[in-house]
Amino acid sequence: MRARLSLLLGAISAALVAFALTSAHVVAADKVDPVADAKAFQNFFFQKFPNVKHEDFVNGPYSMNEDLKRQWQEKEEFPPYEFALDAGKEMFATPFKNGKTYADCFPNGGIGIRQNYPYFDEKEGRVVTLELALNRCREANGEAPYSYVKDEMASLTAYMAFTSRGKPMDIKIPDDPRALAAFENGKRYFYTRRGQMNFSCASCHVQSPGERIRAEILAPALGIVNAMPIYRSEWSGMGTTSRRFVTCNSQTRAVPLEPQADEYRDVEYFLSYVANGLPISGPGARP
Amino acid sequence: MKRAIPLAMLLALGLAPAARAANEADYKAAYAAAEAAAKEAASLRHQWTTTISTLATAKKAADGGDFDRATAAAKEAKALAKASIFQATSEKEAWKAMEIR
Repeated sequence: MRARLSLLLGAISAALVAFALTSAHVVAADKVDPVADAKAFQNFFFQKFPNVKHEDFVNGPYSMNEDLKRQWQEKEEFPPYEFALDAGKEMFATPFKNGKTYADCFPNGGIGIRQNYPYFDEKEGRVVTLELALNRCREANGEAPYSYVKDEMASLTAYMAFTSRGKPMDIKIPDDPRALAAFENGKRYFYTRRGQMNFSCASCHVQSPGERIRAEILAPALGIVNAMPIYRSEWSGMGTTSRRFVTCNSQTRAVPLEPQADEYRDVEYFLSYVANGLPISGPGARP
Repeated sequence: MKRAIPLAMLLALGLAPAARAANEADYKAAYAAAEAAAKEAASLRHQWTTTISTLATAKKAADGGDFDRATAAAKEAKALAKASIFQATSEKEAWKAMEIR
């Protein structure tokens, strides 16, 4: 009788311990933990590509393929984004009609600050990207906003990125449930399959970096935003981060969202945060 | 042989309704159903480009009086929209399986 009782007690205790462990796991899995996510994200790529220097991930497909890298290095002597860079520098310095300039809208006069964008605006409760901040600056100074997918915006961001080259990405997530929700929303967007092709961002940029999709070599997701904006030979022109997201969606046969939709802002926030510590390399050039 | 002829006629008559050409009413009903499904997909922010283009194909065929083609395209558009709704619904949880942890 005593033996049976001890057996029963033992079984109950084991069941309780197992339950406690499982519930702790469930709670942990549901908690938003950007630090752990970023660590896991970076480790995944560092382990998958042990021969790639960490700071090289920001060079996209060139970090995955030696031949392509050599071609790119030669191309960098006369980079195709140079015209955009010159135009952006001039636009940045040209005063608005009211006499103010972009420098008046940004910390440090807008120089060397790319690595801090996007940021979470606690007053507004939403993510603010560099492209959005530039258009807000224009509107605040009585100018019409630029298209998020066209050359003017790409030129301005190209110049701002260039002044920040080499600076490590430094995205903050304030202790604010709305900021954590934005990060989580961006993560969800990144991993969610969409379009008739049933692709998520991760299908190409986590599962298949270094592989070819038709003639292109896919870039790793780690550091992918550090190179923005980019000159794409395929486009014969510059592309903003907004343009890149819109195009990715269309390629999977998903109807793109409007540029700077909350989802796009959040996914940029997520991708930038997990690339913290990796250098800004924009403007980039891609095949 | 003599018996086979009436049998064949019966069979042909039996199949006749299925082979009936689609008319404008068929098209309008199919298009309305496809449009409703497409609207739902759009509200979930999971619309497919192919749903939109197939709806446009249906409309173009109907404008040209080809209701057979128009109805078939509208039905295809509805199927595409329904598939995108299924994707949106299943991905609410399924995305977690892809996450790097």
